[in-house]
Amino acid sequence: MRRSLLQSVLVYLCALMLAVFTAGPLLWLAVMSVSMPTDLTEVPLRWIPSDLDFSRYGALLDVADGSGRHFLSALRNSILTAGGATAIALLVAIPAAYSFSRRKASMVLLFAFLATIMMPPITYILPLYSAFSSLGLLNKTVTLVIVYAAMLLPFAIWLMKANIDVLPVEVEQAALMEGASTAFTLRKVVLPLALPAIAATAMLSFLVAWDEFFYALIFTNDLSAKTLPVAIADFAAGRVTDYGVIASVGVMATLPPAILAIAFQKFIVSGLVAGSVKG
Amino acid sequence: MLGRRQKQEKWMLLAPAMFVLALITMVPLANTLWLSFTDTRITAIAAPVHFIGLENYIYALTDPDFQAALYRTLYFTIVSVGLEGVLGIAVAVLLNQPFRGRLVLRALIILPWAVPTIVNAVAWRLIYQPDYGALNSLLYQLGLISDYRSWIGDPSTAMNMVILADVWKNFPLVAYVALAALQTVPDDLLKAAAIEGASPWKRFRSITLPWIAGPLLVVMVLRTIEAFRVFDIIYVMTSGGPADSTKTASFFIYQEYFNYLRSGSGASYAVLVAGISAVLILVYYSAAKRQAAGGTA
Amino acid sequence: MKAIKKLVLGSALATLAMASTAMADTTLNALFMSQAAYSEDDIKSMTAQFEAANPGVKVSLEFVPYEALHDKIIAAAGAGDDGYDVVLFDVIWPAEFATGGFLTDVSDRIPAEYTDEVFEGAWTTVEYEGKRYGMPWILDTKYLFYNTEILAEAGISQPPKTWTELMTQARQIKEKGLVEYPLVWSWSQSEAMICDFTTLTAANDGKFFDAGEPAFTTGGARDAVAFMKATLDEGLTNPASREYFEEDVRRVFSNGEAAFALNWTYMNALANDPKESKVAGKVKVVSAPGVEGKSTASSVNGSMGLGIPANSPHADEAWAYISFLTQKDIQDDYAKLSLPIWKASYSEPKVMEGQEDLIAAARESIAVMYPRPLVPSYTEVSDILQKNIHKVLLNQTSADEALEAAAERVKRIR
Repeated sequence: MRRSLLQSVLVYLCALMLAVFTAGPLLWLAVMSVSMPTDLTEVPLRWIPSDLDFSRYGALLDVADGSGRHFLSALRNSILTAGGATAIALLVAIPAAYSFSRRKASMVLLFAFLATIMMPPITYILPLYSAFSSLGLLNKTVTLVIVYAAMLLPFAIWLMKANIDVLPVEVEQAALMEGASTAFTLRKVVLPLALPAIAATAMLSFLVAWDEFFYALIFTNDLSAKTLPVAIADFAAGRVTDYGVIASVGVMATLPPAILAIAFQKFIVSGLVAGSVKG
Repeated sequence: MLGRRQKQEKWMLLAPAMFVLALITMVPLANTLWLSFTDTRITAIAAPVHFIGLENYIYALTDPDFQAALYRTLYFTIVSVGLEGVLGIAVAVLLNQPFRGRLVLRALIILPWAVPTIVNAVAWRLIYQPDYGALNSLLYQLGLISDYRSWIGDPSTAMNMVILADVWKNFPLVAYVALAALQTVPDDLLKAAAIEGASPWKRFRSITLPWIAGPLLVVMVLRTIEAFRVFDIIYVMTSGGPADSTKTASFFIYQEYFNYLRSGSGASYAVLVAGISAVLILVYYSAAKRQAAGGTA
Repeated sequence: MKAIKKLVLGSALATLAMASTAMADTTLNALFMSQAAYSEDDIKSMTAQFEAANPGVKVSLEFVPYEALHDKIIAAAGAGDDGYDVVLFDVIWPAEFATGGFLTDVSDRIPAEYTDEVFEGAWTTVEYEGKRYGMPWILDTKYLFYNTEILAEAGISQPPKTWTELMTQARQIKEKGLVEYPLVWSWSQSEAMICDFTTLTAANDGKFFDAGEPAFTTGGARDAVAFMKATLDEGLTNPASREYFEEDVRRVFSNGEAAFALNWTYMNALANDPKESKVAGKVKVVSAPGVEGKSTASSVNGSMGLGIPANSPHADEAWAYISFLTQKDIQDDYAKLSLPIWKASYSEPKVMEGQEDLIAAARESIAVMYPRPLVPSYTEVSDILQKNIHKVLLNQTSADEALEAAAERVKRIR
């Protein structure tokens, strides 16, 4: 369908507004992170830095520097925690989803799973804290991995189930007829077909785990397990008069998931949609 | 009918998930349910615990502060998820039009979603900052305000400002899903309707919207669950202030547990919140199913 | 839960028994906060000194935001012997911590002569019902800071002695257009606001509770709220104060945008540091003013203490560490950001050097330090007051209505 000139203008205008709304805050965060500290306390603001100052990034990436060590270990912990939790969640969610989709496991059970994430997370903290401490598992990345995996599971199962629902069942049946085991069928037939869904679920799970703050705040004590959100809260709470420092930590904490999101953007869409047509 | 082998398999396949969930969430969940009928307090010494029946629930339901917190949570959930839905669909419709720079814009809009909640909260707090914040400066320089003002320090705007930050981060996910769903809407259906003289809006209402409602369901449910238990962004941006205007149910429960050390009554508040959330999701789920039935059946 | 607790308790006792034989290698877990009066670097170097003097004992330090300090202490109570051995706690928590059994009673460990050598106000920080639950460490109160340059330009020769005089001077400064808002406070809905409110209540000779009943609806406490509101109405107080914390106050004052500010000890060193402040060298500090006929100065007890959580398996080593950090020599060496608890320190040349005005103000303020309500449900009382006073400051209700509503709510605390 052809557009009139007016329609075209409208489209470009909307696109421009959208770009400004989306990019504005991000751009400003980036600008703050390289502005001179004095530029950031001018009234009204100086939008374009009088001089570029990359020293904050230098400090963050320098292992010898106190804040650099703090940041880099938090980055490492966050990658391990979010990565580990995502891997476990998927590993466990896929068979479960298959059971719900193809072995008629009760939907009531699925809803019970979902109910666990409707409970305000605060309520899990104290019982989990005393349980983990009696096992000597506090302040460990592995603890967060397990907790996050449990947190991610219900939604991952649901999403994967919805996706498996729409896969053609005939291929699986043919494989099973020929005497292939369920495990084999799952691995060789279902998984390749469900790849976009797996990528989408993984991406979604990773971001949720990367985001988590309150469990990490209570369960971790030092550089060996603190994750990025906790480190950011530390940076923001300390005696920081220079907003640029907080901005630079924010930019750095956003980079890894941003790169992943852009790399996986195709999958996110097809995975979330292919499965959910049937709901 | 499932064979015996398949029945066994059903449980074997579920076992790992059930094991993890039982270990981490089901046991504490059951414990929380039990606590909600007791007067348990958090102490470091053994203290007697009494079963008090529904007393906590009765107190909770007649507590005006909790009711206010619930209304705020509902407001937050409805407005922010609603806006995310509307904005998400609008953006998807826009990105479904051919125009130059479309691919760049598509890649760009996923970025807010990648910003961690804590970073998002801290960044917007800086933007709203009353003296050196970007928002005041921008509006002032554009001539839209004549004096710098308080954004998250003013009870009439604070909640909406938090919502804006939340919407900014979360609309991309909705937009992405809506966009993908839009691309599956069959063209001939739309064309046929156009020939019959249906207006663009009518076509959108009666064909496109029902078609994408199903796909949108999953993501909207996810967002609703998340919004209803919102905590982190409030904890960082406003801590419930000013004058309690952003104190949501989760924050309220946090105080009950960690500040007032009443785990029994805290548990009852939490169960109520989870219950309302579940009802909300069910209503939603069936409504969306009905809506979707028109398009996909 | 109970079974777990028993199990935990059992294992804690077992570990305690083992610890006494294997004292050689102990690691103490210590919890501090990142906004403590002492800087992180100060605390690290004190700790290094302790470790050097006590071979075999290591201290692992954790710094968290103040907002997370209480939560971490509470959560760690369920941690068995995996929790903390030393925690920094706020003056407002001992009642709650003592009733809940979170902290160890250390009354017997404290040498008798300390009672006289340490300020009375410092002791109230760690006491509840006659027992001591730690050693006071950070002796802190809010002082009145003023910008000498602005005062001089306004033709004011002496800082205010009373709050009324402070308002008069602020008016003068505003009329001359020297700054838009002469006063800046930390009046966000937070404990910071309650500290300022307490200071003003003390100045007005007010009371929070009388025989267990809320008494803040009349008298000094009510006058305090009315005063806060009046400074906002007159445009003397920066309206953004209603979303400020202490660090915002320091930033605004250090940028030369306020003539007066009420803040903790630490601001003295930082506002006078050219790297941190545009008004370095123009900052003077005095005790917060009084009210004519009622007081000559006012001050809130904002001190913090170091205690041993009840579940620590290393109480002896923990006490050694606490004793080390709170001893006079160490406190005298690090007296720039936080002042010592020891009376004798205030005539030590190395403590006084370069901050004579702060020491003079401290002598006066410490003598009149006023406590926030000493009740186990303090946190809730404070939250109720915060909400209602904030409503007054935000023009949502009148002082009388708000305080009446707060009193009603306080009576309903379970």
